Amino acid sequence: AACRTLYFHNPMLKKRDDFEDVLEERRNSSDLRYALRCYTPVLYKGVPPCKSSMLKSMVLQSDQLHYVISQVSKETGRKTDEVQEEASAILDEMAHCQQLSTVRFFAFTLSKVFKSLFRSICVNEEGIQRLQQAIQEHPVVLLPSHRSYMDFLLMSYLLYTYDLTLPVIAAGMDFMGMKFVGEMLRMSGAFFIRRSFGGDKLYWAVFSEYVKTMLKNGFAPVEFFLEGTRSRTSKSLTPKLGLLNIAMDPFLKGEVFDVSVVPVSISYERILEETLYARELLGIPKPKESTSGLFKARKVLSEDYGSIHVYFGQPVSVRSLAEGRVNRRQFNLVPRHIPGKPGEDIHSFVNDSAYKLVRAQEENMVLKPWVLLASLLLQNQAAGPKEGLPLDELTAQAVWLRDLSRQYGAFLHWPDQMTPSEVVSSSLSLHRGLVRICEGKVQLADPHSAATPEEKLLNQAVIVLSCASYRNQALHVFLRPALLASAIHTASSTQKQEVFNSFSFLRNMFSNEFILCPGATVQDFEEASYLLVKTGAVQVSQQEVVVTEGGHRTLAFLIAMLDPFLQGYQVVCRFLCEEATETLTEKQFIPAVRKFIIKHLLAGGLRYAEVLSSDLQKNSLAAFLRLGAVQKIKGVHQGTLKVNKVMVNSLEDTLGKKRALCYAPGGNRLRFLSNKSQMCLFV
Amino acid sequence: MDALPSLHKHGSSMASNSSGGGSDRQRIAQQRLRIIAGHLRRPVDVDSTILAAECKAQDSKTDVSSEGKTVPRRRQEIMKWNGWGYSDTKFLFNKKGQAEFTGKRYKLSGMIMPALKDWLEDTFGTNLQHKSPATPILTSSAVQPPTLNEAFVEELKSTGIPFSHDAEDRVFRAHGHCLHEIFALREGKVGRVPDLVVWPNCHNDVVRIVELACKHNVCLIPYGGGTSVSSGLECPPEETRSIVSLDTSQMSRILWIDEKNLTAHMEAGIVGQDLERLLNESGYCTGHEPDSMEFSSLGGWVATRASGMKKNIYGNIEDLVIRVKMVTPQGVIEKSCLGPRMSTGPDIHHFIMGSEGTLGVVTEVTMKIRPMPEYQKYGSVVFPNFEQGVACLREVAKQRCAPASIRLMDNEQFKFGHALKPQVSSMFTSFLDGLKTFYITKFKGFDPNCLCVATLLFEGHREKVLQHEKQVYDIAAQFGGLAAGEDNGQRGYMLTFVIAYLRDLGMDYYVIGESFETSVPWDRVLDICRNVKLRIIQECKDKGVQFQPLASCRATQTYDSGACVYFYFAFNYRGLSDPVHVFEEVEHAAREEILANGGSLSHHHGVGKLRKEWMREAVSNVGMGMLKSVKDYVDPNNIFGNRNLL
Repeated sequence: AACRTLYFHNPMLKKRDDFEDVLEERRNSSDLRYALRCYTPVLYKGVPPCKSSMLKSMVLQSDQLHYVISQVSKETGRKTDEVQEEASAILDEMAHCQQLSTVRFFAFTLSKVFKSLFRSICVNEEGIQRLQQAIQEHPVVLLPSHRSYMDFLLMSYLLYTYDLTLPVIAAGMDFMGMKFVGEMLRMSGAFFIRRSFGGDKLYWAVFSEYVKTMLKNGFAPVEFFLEGTRSRTSKSLTPKLGLLNIAMDPFLKGEVFDVSVVPVSISYERILEETLYARELLGIPKPKESTSGLFKARKVLSEDYGSIHVYFGQPVSVRSLAEGRVNRRQFNLVPRHIPGKPGEDIHSFVNDSAYKLVRAQEENMVLKPWVLLASLLLQNQAAGPKEGLPLDELTAQAVWLRDLSRQYGAFLHWPDQMTPSEVVSSSLSLHRGLVRICEGKVQLADPHSAATPEEKLLNQAVIVLSCASYRNQALHVFLRPALLASAIHTASSTQKQEVFNSFSFLRNMFSNEFILCPGATVQDFEEASYLLVKTGAVQVSQQEVVVTEGGHRTLAFLIAMLDPFLQGYQVVCRFLCEEATETLTEKQFIPAVRKFIIKHLLAGGLRYAEVLSSDLQKNSLAAFLRLGAVQKIKGVHQGTLKVNKVMVNSLEDTLGKKRALCYAPGGNRLRFLSNKSQMCLFV
Repeated sequence: MDALPSLHKHGSSMASNSSGGGSDRQRIAQQRLRIIAGHLRRPVDVDSTILAAECKAQDSKTDVSSEGKTVPRRRQEIMKWNGWGYSDTKFLFNKKGQAEFTGKRYKLSGMIMPALKDWLEDTFGTNLQHKSPATPILTSSAVQPPTLNEAFVEELKSTGIPFSHDAEDRVFRAHGHCLHEIFALREGKVGRVPDLVVWPNCHNDVVRIVELACKHNVCLIPYGGGTSVSSGLECPPEETRSIVSLDTSQMSRILWIDEKNLTAHMEAGIVGQDLERLLNESGYCTGHEPDSMEFSSLGGWVATRASGMKKNIYGNIEDLVIRVKMVTPQGVIEKSCLGPRMSTGPDIHHFIMGSEGTLGVVTEVTMKIRPMPEYQKYGSVVFPNFEQGVACLREVAKQRCAPASIRLMDNEQFKFGHALKPQVSSMFTSFLDGLKTFYITKFKGFDPNCLCVATLLFEGHREKVLQHEKQVYDIAAQFGGLAAGEDNGQRGYMLTFVIAYLRDLGMDYYVIGESFETSVPWDRVLDICRNVKLRIIQECKDKGVQFQPLASCRATQTYDSGACVYFYFAFNYRGLSDPVHVFEEVEHAAREEILANGGSLSHHHGVGKLRKEWMREAVSNVGMGMLKSVKDYVDPNNIFGNRNLL
C-alpha cells in the first residue's frame, strides 16, 4: 500500500519543473565576488545557526546522553566521568564545525573546478523555492542520491548559491583518512560517522542525539545519503534506515510538529568515477581515500563530463507519511530520554518511507539520450558477435526507445531542437571512451590488446559495466513492465493468475537488486499492466494476459533489459550447486563465484560479462539467504554458507532453464515449463 | 456540569480586597457578598433560614418562585436561549463602532473596549459590515411536538412534582454549550429535544421520578446547569422512548453546615455562585471555583469530575466530596458514614464521579468547607517567552508552592487580554501603561510577539500570602520573569468569563470558536502546546478556511507531575459552505493531536458524546468492560439513556 499513492497515476501527466544553469552566471561574473558576497540565508523560525561548541554542549548535557552514560557506567563499572569523557571524545571526532570562510573558499574553488569539468549544472529553481519555504516552516532533511564524491560538495555549493541555510552532512569516516581534506570538509559542514558501530551504545547515543539536536532546534538542514554509500552501478541501493530512523524520531515523539524530507536527484551525464567503479565491481579494490590520490585525479579536470542535473523534489512531510500508519501514542508511556528499540510497526513504517523516498529520487533523475543508447548497445552486443549497429539503425531504435520511455514516465532530457542523429552523435562523442564507431557501425569499445584472455575479458568487462551503469539509470523506468514481460515469458500459460504468480516470484527474487517497495506486489503488477496496456503491448482481461501483435518488440526489449540479471542469478545458482563446498564462507563467496563466472565466460557458455559485477553477486546471495536457499551457519563454523541444493536448483529452474536461448521477436513465445507447485513455494 | 469558560467571580470582585489587609472575616464576607450580588440582576434577599430547610417535598409548594433563586424554573426569563449567560449581558458594537459590554452584572459591564474591534479585525479578518446575526426568536414550529408517555405523565401529575412540555422549556434543556449546539440554535434549528421537563424539589421527589421512569420505561436525562461542552446533554437521536429532562435546579438548598468538622451538606442542584454566597454568609467557602461556577451545579461537578481554579488550596471535586447520594434505577447509593477516608474496597464514589448522568441522579452531597481566606492578592509575571513561563510553572510545582491559582497565557492570549482593556479614564493611567510597555519591551528587550504572562492569585493569612508571593516571584525571576502588577493578574482572570460572552459576538461576525482542555506530563507541555496549535492551523488551511485561525493556549493548573492545558481556537468561516462540519473536523484533529502527544482525553470537561470514540483506547478494553458491567447492573434498562461516556 505504501507506494500506491505516489506511483499509481498516469506518468504522462507528471509535471516537472524547468531547469536553470547555475554555471552560466559563474562564467559571466567574478568567482571571487561570488565567494565573498553577502550570504544571508532564510532561517527556520528565525533560529540562527548554532556555534559548534554550543551544539556539543547541548548534546553532552542532554537527558538522553546522561541516561546512556550512567547506564554504560553501571554495566562496565567505569566511572561516569570517564564515560562522559569518552562521549565527549566521540563527539569531537564526529562534530562538524562549519565556518563561513571555508564555505567561501569552497565556493571559489568549486566554481573553478565545476566550470572546467562540466558544461552546465542545471537546477530546478522551483524546487529551490519549495526548499526555501520548507526550511522556514519545519526542520529539513535533505536526501540526495549518491553516485559520486561530488554529491555533497555540489549540494552545499548549490545551497550557498541560492542563499539557503547550509546543510550539515553525515559523511563516512573514510574521508577522515584524508587529513587536510577531512578537516576542510568538516569546516564546510560535514560530520563524520563510523561505518559500523553495531553494539556501541554510547556511540549510538552520541550520534543520534547529535543529529536530533540539530533537527529539533532547526539549526540547519541535515543531509545524508539514504543509500548509505555511493552506488557503483547507478542503480539505487536498498535504503539504509539508521539515519532516517533518527531523523523521524523527533516527529514521532512529538518534539517537533513535522519534519520535511526533501529527496534530491543528482544526475551526471558522465560520472567522474565511471571506470573506477567498474574496476571496483570487478574486484580491483577501491583505492583508499587519500589526499594525494585526489591530486592524482587532477587529470580528470581536463576532460568533458557533460552536464549535471539536480532536481530538488517535492518536500515530503513526515507527518503526512505517518498519518494513519503510526500510532504515536505508544511513545507516551515511557520517558522520551530512555532509548528504546523501535517496534515492528515503526520499523516497517520507516522502511516503507525509505523506499518511497528512494523512488522519489529515481523518478526525478534526469536521463540523457546516452542512457538509451547504452541500453541498446548492450542488448545488441549480447545478441551475438556482430559487427555493431549501423548508426542510422541505432538512431531509429533510439527514437523508438525515446518515445517508449516517455510513455513510461521517464524524465528524459532529449534536446528536441536537434535532429535525432545529431543527438546520437553528440552523445556518442561525449562517451567516446566506451564506444567504437567503425564504418558507420557502432559497438562497445574494444579493449586494448591484453596479455591473457582473462585480462582481455576483464578489460572488456570494464567497458560493459561502465555502459551498464548508464543503462541502469533507466532501469527504474522499465523495471516493472520488464518484470511483467519476463513473467509473461516464463509463465506456463497466459492465465492472469499464472502470470501474476510468475511476476510475484521474479519480483520477490529481485527485491535485493532493485528498488521494489516491500509488500507492494499487487500495486506493482497493476502499474506494470497499466503501462503495457497503455502502450498497446499487451491486453489484460479478467482472466488472461495476452501479448498483442505490435507488442512483441516492446516485450523483447523489456525482457532483454532484465535478462542479464536473470542469467546472473542463474549462474550463481549453478555455482552454488556445482562448486560450493562445505567450507565456503561468506568472505570467500565473491572471489569463488567470480572465478566460476570467468571460467564460463571464457568457455563461451555465458554471454553477459556484466554478470561479473560483484554487486549482482552480493545481491543474489542476499536474496538466496532471504529465501532460505542458503543459510549462514552460526556457531563453530562461523560464516560458512550452507546451501540447500534442492531449493537452489528449483530456483534456477523457475528463473527459466537454459534461457541463454533468445527470444524470437514476432515468433512463438518460448514457454518454460515450471512446476506450478514449486513456484508457489516462492511466491 | 462545569465547563465553558464563564464568569470567574474574582474577575469582577477582588480589586479592592487585595489592598484591604484587615483580618476581619466578617467585613470581607460582606464585601464578597455585595460583589457577588452585583452579578445578579436582582439583589438577593438573603434568607438565612434556608440553611436549615428540609425537604418537605410533598407538602411544600411545588411552584417555588424564582424570586429568591438565581436559577428560575423558566431559565429563559433571565438567560439567553441561543447563547451564553444572562440575557441582559452581551458584547456589541455601538453606534460609534466601538465594542461595548452591556448590562450591570459584571465589573466590565457598561464599559467600552476600544481595542477590541481592531483585534477582531486583525486576528480574524472580520469586517463589521459582514454580519451573521442569529435568529432572534425561537419559533415553536421548529420544535417537534413531544412524544409523551401518557401513563407516566398521569402518575407524575399525581405526585404534584412540577413539569412542563412547553417548547421553550424543552429546547433549553436539549443542549449544552458546544459550538455546534449554539450554532444550530442561532440558525433556529432544533433537533431531538426532551419531551418533558420535570423539576423535583428534593431527594424524595427524585426517587419517585426514577421509580416512575423505570415503571413506564421512560428515558431520563439529568440536567444541572446546562454548561456541558461534551455534547453531554444532547438527546440521542436514536432514542424512541419519551425523554424526560430531570432539572435539578430547584434542589438548591444548603441543608446543614457542620463547623466542628468543616463540612456542609447540600442539595445537588445548587449552582456555584449560590453555594459560595450562602457559605460566605456563614464565613465559609468550598473554594471550588470552576470557570463556569455562575451556572454550573454541584451535581454536575460530581457527575463530570470537575476542577476548580483554586484546586491548589482546596482540591478538585474528588478531594472535596465526603459523601454523595445518588438515585439509580436500582435504588439509592450512598456511604454509611462521614469518615474522612476509608479502606472499603474500591471507592464507590469513583463510580459516581464522572458517570456523566449514565447511572443516576446525584441528589445530595456532603462537602468539605473552609473558613474564608483572610486575604487575597492578585499578581502577574511577564516572561520573555512561553518556554520560560512553563519552566517557571514547573519549578513552582516542583517546590510545591503554587499559589491558589497560577495560569500561564501564551502570547496570543496576552494580546487578547490587551484587546479587552477598557477605555482608560485618566491620562495618568495611560501614561503609566505606556511606561510599563516601554520598560518591558525596550529596556528589558522582551519581544512583544513572544512574551507571555502568568497570572497569580494568592490566598490565606496576610503575612503568609506576602511571604508566599515573594517565594513565587523569586522563582519567576530565575526564569526571566518580571512582576507585572496586580491589575494584569486580575484582568487575566476576567478573560475567563469574558471569552464565553465574546464567542457570541464573534458568531455575529462569522467567527466560530471553542475551547478544550487536556492534562499532560510536564515534559510534554511545550510540545503539546506547539503541536496542537500548529495542527489547528494546518487543518484549517487544509479544510479550506480562508482566514488564519486563532490558536492559543494556556496552562491553567499545575500538578506534581503535569499540568492542565486549555486550548482556544476560532476562525472566520466566511466562504465555507458547512462551517460547523469543518469546525468539528478541526476539533477532532486537534484532539487526535493531543492524544498523540501524551495528553489525556479530558482533564475536567468529561467525555460526553463528543469524545466517546476515544474512550476505549483511553481506559483499555477491560476498563471499558468494568464500566459497562457497572452500567448493566445499575441501570439494565438504560433509563439514564443520555448515552454519554460508554
